[in-house]
Amino acid sequence: MDIEITHVSKQFGTFAALNDVSLTVHPGELVALLGPSGSGKTTLLRIIAGMEQPTMGTVLFGGQDLTGHSLRQRRVGFVFQHYALFRHMTVFENVAFGLRVKPRIHRPREAEIRGRVMKLLSLVQLDHFAKRYPSQLSGGQRQRVALARALAIEPSVLLLDEPFGALDAKVRKELRRWLRGLHDEMQLTSLFVTHDQEEALELADRVVLMNNSVIEQVGSPQEVYDHPATSFAYEFLGHVNRFDCRVEDGKVAVCGGEIVVPSGTVNGDGQAVAYVRPHDIEIFNGAVMAGQPAVVRYLTAAGPVAKIELSLAGDGALIEAEIGRAQLHALDLRVGQPVYIRARKARVFSAAMH
Amino acid sequence: MSADAITVTAPKRSTGSLRKETILPGFGLTLGLTLLYLSLIVLMPLAALVIKASGMGLQGFIDAAFTSRALAAYRLSFGTALIAAAIVAVIGVIISWVLVRYQFPGKRLLDACVDLPFALPTAVAGIALAAIYAENGWLGAPLAALGLKIAFTPLGIIIALMFEGLPFVVRTVEPVLQDLDKEVEEASASLGAGRIQTFVKVILPAILPAVLTGFALAFARGLGEYGSVIFIAGNLPMVSEIAPLLIIIKLEQFDYAGATAIATVMLVAGFVMLFVINWLQRWNKRRGT
Repeated sequence: MDIEITHVSKQFGTFAALNDVSLTVHPGELVALLGPSGSGKTTLLRIIAGMEQPTMGTVLFGGQDLTGHSLRQRRVGFVFQHYALFRHMTVFENVAFGLRVKPRIHRPREAEIRGRVMKLLSLVQLDHFAKRYPSQLSGGQRQRVALARALAIEPSVLLLDEPFGALDAKVRKELRRWLRGLHDEMQLTSLFVTHDQEEALELADRVVLMNNSVIEQVGSPQEVYDHPATSFAYEFLGHVNRFDCRVEDGKVAVCGGEIVVPSGTVNGDGQAVAYVRPHDIEIFNGAVMAGQPAVVRYLTAAGPVAKIELSLAGDGALIEAEIGRAQLHALDLRVGQPVYIRARKARVFSAAMH
Repeated sequence: MSADAITVTAPKRSTGSLRKETILPGFGLTLGLTLLYLSLIVLMPLAALVIKASGMGLQGFIDAAFTSRALAAYRLSFGTALIAAAIVAVIGVIISWVLVRYQFPGKRLLDACVDLPFALPTAVAGIALAAIYAENGWLGAPLAALGLKIAFTPLGIIIALMFEGLPFVVRTVEPVLQDLDKEVEEASASLGAGRIQTFVKVILPAILPAVLTGFALAFARGLGEYGSVIFIAGNLPMVSEIAPLLIIIKLEQFDYAGATAIATVMLVAGFVMLFVINWLQRWNKRRGT
């Protein structure tokens, strides 16, 4: 089922949590609402679920206006960050809950409930834990129970609020991959909230980047990473080096080199901000054309890429760079070594836009 | 120097000690104080009671403790305390719900009123209740017109015990209700449960241990309550005479053995009931959390 959010605003007292947000989610899509805390992403999710009512705007599910419909009437599957499992019920009873509270006429018979719950539990790989209580499970297992419970009502839409937020890194990664597989299998329209850009970029079909109660950019992970629309998007998605600079004759001087600014991205000449990704910084042993002298301050080679921290010779500003291990070997870098650096690529935004 | 000199010796294990090694200091001191206090203030007077009663011999004890008048008093005391505690458990949950969940003007005042029975001398409460529920009182008169007599009957005793027991339930349930995760209720609603289903299936099981505790406290208080009851009960032997009053009456007649025997029965019965409630609570806790 598709979800259409049109001109939704939400006011909490004098604070605008959402400011005229519009978004369409296509059937079967997995969408990430990504943003820093306080950006309005959770409020948007809760409005879609019906836990909050928008101050203005409408939410359509499959073309049907559900604004004003309660949480109970919407039949959305909702997964909470802290699981919100029923502690006094076994895993089985937690998953069966949504079936047992149905009105008597729609309620499946006991044998059917049993069959459906066990099927869901095997889907989340917890069929051996049916008789356990939530307190006897690990965080990752609890979140899978919460997911099975949400799926039991056969929802048209699945909403997940920071579903991996309370888990440790390894479990998070596993569960993320597993959720992606499950989504591909079930083709259920899903939205999840996260503040972890890596999670959003890795898991989602589309990323909705939010900041300050508005949507900054919507696009595929590749799009938003490669072509951030705003300076916020650039800073939020991945590590970045930021340079204050001046645009003169459509060009900026960044890292010693001159970079031509594509027309239309900045409003003429003036103060600007240039962003360079760490992997777009080149490092040379000797002097090069348009290179800037710098000193290696710190380097760590644990992992596939070496992370290097350099300070510029002029103002001592710290620069982050990433190079391959082979290149690191060839350069034979050492802490304290003077080098030359050059930006391969930069993205420039007018300071006024920032 | 031999190598033996640097051999690390295993830490001495005091096998005779009950306590496990712990990093929390002061176990000995605090346990000692606890036992001393409990002995002096609680256990020794109770022990004296039992010793005094045991001096009567079994037949003497049975004769003194189980007269028909005493049996009627036990029945009345336990019956009214149980009924009052049960009613107060239900009302107390509703009041705590209102105090925790809703914002309204005068809420703080209402909140303070709940504690009044703690502070008010019980005799004052008894006299006030008797005045109101008497046949010519504000509430007693209309109720009497309906054929319902409250003051000077067991009903009056239940009213007095409800008055005294309410804060126990409210004050034990309130914090638990406050800590209840709002997300759990949202989860319940998102799964299609109505308000009543959510309350019965999700909220009630979570607060049940606290409700049981409040019930037990209110019940225990009701068993021992004296001051507020004697003014409203009418104190008719066999009808509205509570066991604590019977003890006083025995004492006034210098029948110390009789008073002790009744007191011992109350003590044992009360202890057994509290023990049962405690066990119920443990059983309930084992299922959850």
